[in-house]
Formats: sequence, C-alpha cells, structure tokens
Amino acid sequence: MKGVVGVLALQGDFREHKEALKRLGIEAKEVRKREHIQDIKALIVPGGESTTIGKLARDYGIEEEVRKRVEEGSLAVFGTCAGAIWMAKEILGYPEQPRLGVLDVAVERNAFGRQVESFQEELEIKGLGPFRGVFIRAPVFRRLGEGVEVLAELNGLPVLVRQGRLLASAFHPELTEDPRVHHYFLELADL
Amino acid sequence: MEKGTFQIKTGFAEMFKGGVIMDVTTPEQAAIAEEAGAVAVMALERVPADIRAQGGVARMSDPKVIKEIMAAVSIPVMAKVRIGHFVEAMILEAIGVDFIDESEVLTPADEEHHIDKWKFKVPFVNGARDLGEALRRIAEGAAMIRTKGEAGTGNVVEAVRHARTMWKQIRYVQSLREDELVAYAKEIGAPLELVRWVHDHGRLPVVNFAAGGIATPADAALMMHLGMDGVFVGSGIFKSGDPRKRARAIVRAVTHYNDPEVLAEVSEDLGEPMVGINLDQLKEEERLAKRGW
Repeated sequence: MKGVVGVLALQGDFREHKEALKRLGIEAKEVRKREHIQDIKALIVPGGESTTIGKLARDYGIEEEVRKRVEEGSLAVFGTCAGAIWMAKEILGYPEQPRLGVLDVAVERNAFGRQVESFQEELEIKGLGPFRGVFIRAPVFRRLGEGVEVLAELNGLPVLVRQGRLLASAFHPELTEDPRVHHYFLELADL
Repeated sequence: MEKGTFQIKTGFAEMFKGGVIMDVTTPEQAAIAEEAGAVAVMALERVPADIRAQGGVARMSDPKVIKEIMAAVSIPVMAKVRIGHFVEAMILEAIGVDFIDESEVLTPADEEHHIDKWKFKVPFVNGARDLGEALRRIAEGAAMIRTKGEAGTGNVVEAVRHARTMWKQIRYVQSLREDELVAYAKEIGAPLELVRWVHDHGRLPVVNFAAGGIATPADAALMMHLGMDGVFVGSGIFKSGDPRKRARAIVRAVTHYNDPEVLAEVSEDLGEPMVGINLDQLKEEERLAKRGW
C-alpha cells in the first residue's frame, strides 16, 4: 500500500464499501471530520441520502477540505449514487443542495423514479466487461464536460464516468460481491 | 430489468444507515425534516403521542396527506399500514410510497397473520422485540427491522430492552454448535435457515433501526452505541419546543455518536423536549409493543 484509503462515514452504506475494500486486502479508514482527511490518498463516498451527506459534509468542514485536496491533485475520489451526486458540479433542479462540485457533469437525482422503479441490470463496463448494476432510486449523468469519459451506459444514459482521478457511478458496486470497480478505482488512484 | 427483488429492497434499506427517519404530519414538517438532514420521512396523519392520547382505531393515513408530503420533499417517503392489512399496503404501493411500515402503532387488522410482504415490489419495515420476532418478519419478506420500543412515550427504556435482547440472542446463536441450531430455531419460533445465517454472520440479515421513545440526541446516540444501524424518531421532534433545532441535533448525534464533544455541542439549548410517559403508568392494554407476535 502506498497510501491510506478513506471512506466517508457520515451516513449511508459505508460499511459495504469497507467490506469491498477488505476483499482487496485493504483496511480503510472512516472519515467523519476534517482532520481525518489529512493522511488519506483516496476517498470513497458511499450511497445514502445525498441531501443528508451533503449537509453533514458541509457542517464539519469536510467538503472544503476534500475540494482543496482534489484541486491540488492529491486526492482521488470515487462516489456511488449519493456519493456521485455529491461530487457533481450541477444537480438538476436542486441548485442549493450542498455538494463538492468537482466532477464536470450535471446529475439528475432519482432519474428512474421512486423506489418501486429501482432495479438491477447487466451492464458492460469499458475495460472490465459484464457487471451487475444495482440501481436504487438512482441518478444519471446528463451533461458531461470535455474531460469526462463514459465507462458504462444504460439505454444510452451514462451510469459510470471518469474524470482524471475522479470516478462516479449511478449504481452500487458495493452491494455486489464483485470488487472489480473498487479495484479499478485503486488503480486510477495509483494505490 | 429486474425490479422489486429482495436485494433491491434490502439494498435500499442499507442506504438509510447512520441516518434518522422522522415522523411528519404536514408538508411543512416534512420540509423541516429534510432541511435538518433526515434520510427519509414517515408520513402520518397523527404522531404516536396523539394516537395514544386520542384513542380510537388508528388506520393508514389519507393518501392525499401522504401524496402532499411526497410532493414536498426529494427524500424517500415511508408510510404506515395496520398489521396484516395488505389492502392498505396495496394502496400505498399504488401511490408510490418508497417504504411501508407494518406498524403496531396502528390498530392491528389481523390478530393472526402479518402481511405476506414477498408479494410486493415496495419494501417493508417491521417492528421486533427479539430475534425470533425479527426473523419471522424477515421470513415474511421484511427488508428492514426496527425495535418496537414504546412509541409515543418519549421514554427510551423499551427500545433499549429490545436492542439489548436482540444482540444478546445474536451472540448466543453464534456460541451454539451447528447441531444445536435446530432446537434453538424451534425455541424462538424462527426459520432454521435464517437462524443459521445469523449464526454464520453475527448480525441480522437486514438493516436494524431503533424506534420507539427516542426524544433527545443522547437517546439517539445511545441506540447507535447499542449496535443499531440508525434511528426512527416519531413524536420526539414535532412534539418538542423547537423541532427545527432538535431535528438537526439528532441527525448530528447519530453520525457522531462516538464523539462526546459533538454530542455535548448539539445537545445544548434545544428547548423543551416532549413530555414523557413512564411505562409503569401505562396499563397493559395501552402498550403498543405487545401488538404483533
């Protein structure tokens, strides 16, 4: 290991992300306050409720610190579902929602509808192959900036995107036992 | 595209972890809950404290009230049905509620059977006082469990009892030999395969929240320390003096339950808490936790 991996543990399924990393032999650190970020090289932002995570991250200075580290190029970030929404520059329909705002996309929350419309579907991920996508009140990425690469689509809509050392998925790889997306993130984080 | 699978239901419940789900009766209260950082709201016509005070048969809320609340917030909306009343559940699924609570807070509609929750695409949460009850509900298709506590009292003692009982039994199951599991499954009235799962994994197979009597940030943090995944707050917020502040404080207390400095900070100057009821003043038939089996 060339650096510590943190999992944002304010709210949501952070335990599942820690377990996914454990399958790859990595003991992740829980991040709840600003000072927990200092020694980490990569941060995973879990699924959960994006409005809750956004507010809690702003309260305790986490948002500001993560943004600073991303802008200076010293932190890789991977967000799933709520985590991906938090990373986006624009949240369609919710301009006031607290967010990190570093990933050059416009994200649409609950793009497939409410919980009864949640689903699982086979995806094809560029470079990884078939992958089971678990979509729960999931968002999609609507407008993509120039530096954003689409790694997987569903019915023509981007659901996994990368921008440099930022990775964001509309689905939940942490709810499957397949660690390939997490492994991909560790590689792009150079860990 | 597969919808309504058990994984989609339990996976959704995982997203609530470390969060607070608040009872609300109006769109305005729902907006306050969302602003405070609630992960979901429970849409109701009356909070448990009022149901308790007013008496009579408590039923599913008017769908109009629930739809107004769904329109007011972007976070998930839950609603309650009576135990065994699967038609109320069909109605809530039809209007697009995100989660159904088959709740002892309402007057039971069936004294023998709970709802067959496998028949629904919408996920269900059920109350439980102990491991056997939790596993019976999961066997019926519940995707999430909560303690029953004693709703509408502002007294956390029953929720603590249910949480401790559940974990004590889970640890006991783990200590058993494989060949002792059948007898224990029979003893607690739970399906063997679920008892075996608990034996192997050391926890419930679904998310387990605290509910019933939580009124302060310290109560919420206490339940997190007792191994609960998150917290429902019913009457505790909107029956208190300053709901906005208290709601925000309870959300912070659940995230930072292990950080006494944050807990001290958020517990300060919250105004009047809801008036509590001591359980020895409740008659046996007034105890909601006894409903369901």
